[in-house]
Amino acid sequence: MMGRLTQGVPRRILIALAVLLAVLLLAPWVANDYVLTVLILILYFAYTGQAWNIMMGFAGQLSLGHALYVGLGAYTTAALYVHFGVSPWLGLPVAIVIAAMAGAFIGYLAFRFGVTGVYFAILTIAFCEFARIGFDHFRWVSGSSGFFLPVANYTRNDLWNLRGSPAMFYYVMLALTVVAFLICHWLLRSRIGYFWQAIREDEMAAKTLGIDTFRYKMIAVVISASMTSVAGMFFAFYYNNLFPEQVFHISRSIELILGPIIGGIGTLFGPIIGAIVLTGLAESIFELLSALGWTPPGARQVFYGVCLLIVVMLLPDGIWPPLARKLGLDKSRDKTER
Amino acid sequence: MAALLEVANVSKNFSGLRAVSDVTFAVPRGVIFAVIGPNGAGKTTLFNMIAGVFRPNAGTIVFDGERIDGEPPEQVCRRGIGRTFQLVRPFSGLSVEDNVMVGALHRRHDVTAARAHARDVLARLDLFDKREQPAGSLTLPDRKRLEVARALATDPKLLLLDEVMAGLRPTETDRMVDILTRINRESGLTILLIEHVMRAVMSLASRVLVLHHGAAIAEGTPQAVVRDPAVVESYLGAEAL
Repeated sequence: MMGRLTQGVPRRILIALAVLLAVLLLAPWVANDYVLTVLILILYFAYTGQAWNIMMGFAGQLSLGHALYVGLGAYTTAALYVHFGVSPWLGLPVAIVIAAMAGAFIGYLAFRFGVTGVYFAILTIAFCEFARIGFDHFRWVSGSSGFFLPVANYTRNDLWNLRGSPAMFYYVMLALTVVAFLICHWLLRSRIGYFWQAIREDEMAAKTLGIDTFRYKMIAVVISASMTSVAGMFFAFYYNNLFPEQVFHISRSIELILGPIIGGIGTLFGPIIGAIVLTGLAESIFELLSALGWTPPGARQVFYGVCLLIVVMLLPDGIWPPLARKLGLDKSRDKTER
Repeated sequence: MAALLEVANVSKNFSGLRAVSDVTFAVPRGVIFAVIGPNGAGKTTLFNMIAGVFRPNAGTIVFDGERIDGEPPEQVCRRGIGRTFQLVRPFSGLSVEDNVMVGALHRRHDVTAARAHARDVLARLDLFDKREQPAGSLTLPDRKRLEVARALATDPKLLLLDEVMAGLRPTETDRMVDILTRINRESGLTILLIEHVMRAVMSLASRVLVLHHGAAIAEGTPQAVVRDPAVVESYLGAEAL
């Protein structure tokens, strides 16, 4: 398994990744709670960006409603925990099934009836809005007044029920992000990855080569929705409160896709680079400004806007592709293995 | 032995316009068969019906003993028909090799085996040295050959080529003719092609069907067809040969 995973990956990249992983593993021992919080956010956005990228970057299907899957994952695991005391890890399969079914339903509607491009994107927004309004009136999870998980001073980390210190949450998110990265790496080099990319590039030509495009687009949506719902579980147990207005708000969907867009759509490292740049730099600049005694309101949003503008104007493929060329990791060259 | 492809009384209308009208022909196994005719004669429409893009309004298409008319393109490909597009449609963002990989993975589930097959096909199409380039950066002659390579990688029994010579210089045309001749001779692959370049048709095809205003006006060997008065009148022009 490891052999197949690392096959064809340049040695210096493996070393760089190993060093990065080691640094990330040791971070909680040196970082204070604030830095740890920022790192958790970066990992969270790297993870969700990775999940969204499967649909848009690999298979070319633009979803602007991914907050739906985050929300379904969050509400399902939280409700099962609060009402029945079910561990989030046991609630997770239920959440995944619900999110996958929601994704499959939207995908079926769209792909069966030829809804593509921006119209497909609007459809994804519509369903996220349905959920927002629906959950506002969903009494079982307290509707619009918000659903809360019990918070107490935990003396020890309870991984089984996801109650504990930031360090525990950090490790959980790190593990999820690493797994998501490995899944994407594997998917992209597998048969299905080639078919997705063919569909992304030219659906008609893909059909001519015998690809059942409906089937592979459905698979992309289901995988992406399932992975995104796992982030929802993390969101619920990390923040301990869920408001439909927040969870399903369109800005949630947008903030989740900015990372991969800025980092490079369709690339493996794009979502990670994007999350680091957006969250990491935004926080650093914010900290720097407040250290200088200046805390302009909305500084983060302005920074997001500036980043997006720079990338769109100067690096239309995102940060990663030109960076990869600089590092001698040209896409066409790293595939000359075997 | 029955013909590989049998097209019988096929017609196609586009809101009142009769694009293909009652066309019948059969392509025997192992031959190179050409469809010629002036622009708008219905050649590409005919191709699209065989390839599953359009459903015929009337008539039947039988491939390898089974009816295929009305089946979707991916099903037609699975049955063993590979096609190219008149206006090439490479997967521009992917490398040349990965373009062909997509075709090779059609009948292969193992990525390594598919890669070996893709490289083999690339070598046959003189594209092996360019396999790492992004397909979008290729010149037109290379793209035309990539189009053929991708279709060929799906291991078709019948290859449909829609004007693969169009826009090529004479030397490039000769190169394509050589490649196609070699593929046909070595693997016995049946090829059905639409072509305007008569030079290529004359040297490649063993049988030619002539379409005019959607109807078949002549069929026979290339030498016989170019002397047919109806063909000369409608298509080639009196001074063509």
